[in-house]
Amino acid sequence: MLRDVTFGQYYPGNSFVHKMDARVKLVLVLLYMVGIFFIVSFVGFAFITVFLMTVILVSRVPLKSILKSIKGIIFLLVLTALLNVFFNKGESDPLVSLKITERWSIEIYKEGLIFAAKMLLRLTYLVIGSSILTLTTTPVDLTHAVESLLKPLRIIRFPVHEFALIMSLTLSFIPSLIEETDRIIRAQKARGADFDTGGLIKRAKAFVPILIPLLVGGFRRAEELANAMNSRCYEGATKRTQMRVMKLGWRDAVGLIFVLLFFATIFVVYGMKDAWGAISWLDWLYF
Amino acid sequence: MAIIKLDNVSYYYKAYNDDGTVGTAMGVEGVTLDIEQGSFVALVGHNGCGKSTLAKLLNGLLVPASGTVTVNGLDTSVKDNIFEIRKNVGMVFQNPDNQMVASIVEEDVAFGPENLGVAQPEIVERVYGALEQVGMSEYAKRSPHRLSGGQKQRIAIAGALAIRPQVLVLDESTAMLDPLGRREVLQVAHQLNAEGLTVVLITHFMEEVLDCDKVVVMNGGHVVKTGTPNEIFNDEQLLNDVGLKAPRAVALAKKLADAGFAVTANCADARMLGGEVCRNLTKK
Repeated sequence: MLRDVTFGQYYPGNSFVHKMDARVKLVLVLLYMVGIFFIVSFVGFAFITVFLMTVILVSRVPLKSILKSIKGIIFLLVLTALLNVFFNKGESDPLVSLKITERWSIEIYKEGLIFAAKMLLRLTYLVIGSSILTLTTTPVDLTHAVESLLKPLRIIRFPVHEFALIMSLTLSFIPSLIEETDRIIRAQKARGADFDTGGLIKRAKAFVPILIPLLVGGFRRAEELANAMNSRCYEGATKRTQMRVMKLGWRDAVGLIFVLLFFATIFVVYGMKDAWGAISWLDWLYF
Repeated sequence: MAIIKLDNVSYYYKAYNDDGTVGTAMGVEGVTLDIEQGSFVALVGHNGCGKSTLAKLLNGLLVPASGTVTVNGLDTSVKDNIFEIRKNVGMVFQNPDNQMVASIVEEDVAFGPENLGVAQPEIVERVYGALEQVGMSEYAKRSPHRLSGGQKQRIAIAGALAIRPQVLVLDESTAMLDPLGRREVLQVAHQLNAEGLTVVLITHFMEEVLDCDKVVVMNGGHVVKTGTPNEIFNDEQLLNDVGLKAPRAVALAKKLADAGFAVTANCADARMLGGEVCRNLTKK
């Protein structure tokens, strides 16, 4: 029942993408997320599809695991699509027009459908892209990547090391907290607590006897942890060294160049919209 | 030579009285104790007898209200000494889950040397050396929460060892473990002691003190008796007073001796007792 949080969504593997430096992957995913909002045509989305398929093939993560990540946001996707379908007005006549009252009617335009479809694609690809990162990188590596990337913020006295330490401690404490929650629930059930019946408020109230012991236990844990850390000579970030070395390799260079080239092409194409859009045989690029 | 010296040490906790005023509750009082270099010392006593307070006084997690604790001649009440003291006194606590700082074994063990500012190649050397010492090398890349209690505690011991201390304090580190896990941890502790490490074992399981050099019995915040395991086991009056029991083998040997069998009353464990009994039988 307990999922291993250390490895989160991680799909163990040895592929090119798995072996890339977590920092590079993180930066590339951020770049991808920004880039995807510049794509406005179906041709662009076709390119992104090819791009994503390539990355997925190289990462050797089964498509099934990737699609699983979309399942979680399916409600959001449907809602966004519907809203866009109903609330976008086009210039041409509506495809469907349904009068409800004198002043209010439902109208669906061709532009609305197109816009909704594009939005749907954009969100889906956003999630797929980021799930490739979490499927090929362990949360531990991600934490290290975040710490390393935030290092420049030390100049403005942002506590980078503490921030990373909190992330790493959280990761290592989630399993024991889940276990403890489970234990408390069972203990309260054994005493006749009822979590499964009654209205929303009654159910919410039933969770108070779980939260309080959990909170108290949390403080106790925190104190013990602080003692353990102090005993192991913890004195903040000042002169700390790190065991893990992150090295950039040829894979990172290849990955970086591949993704950068891809997005450079996209930016050039859209930058040239005014000039090339006038050329009739290039119309399809901007549909 | 005594590596840790406690001289008339007292420590009081803050406690709230029923009327809301702040009072004190005794942790330990008037404790004088020497821990010899290379020895294996057991601190035993009932819950609330002050043995965990004493443990925390050994590496400066608590500072005595009166009296002094010195480690290698350094006073724990001087703030500048604390880092040096903790480098020399490693400590492992009761709950293995609450002392893990990372979710990968090797990174958890590396936490200590990283804090010391040790250079990267040496950290790796220390981490793998420490894991080797506790027999957990093959688990280096795993996540600790999937391991058994005994294994987790061995990781915690490795975490302390990676700092390369002279003394290892096990503060009830076996209390939450099953018998198998307890044996694992004790075995590691004895093996480390044989390699020269000073070990302070805090426990309420009398079976665990059998092979110790010195046993310190605590009750109500005071040290009531110090002696070899046999001296302690044979002092029935004392054991009764502090609510502890001699290990079963020892108790049985004593009963056999009382019943007129020629069994030496200081049998340490079941195997020794068995040998004695067999010898007796063949004689007859």
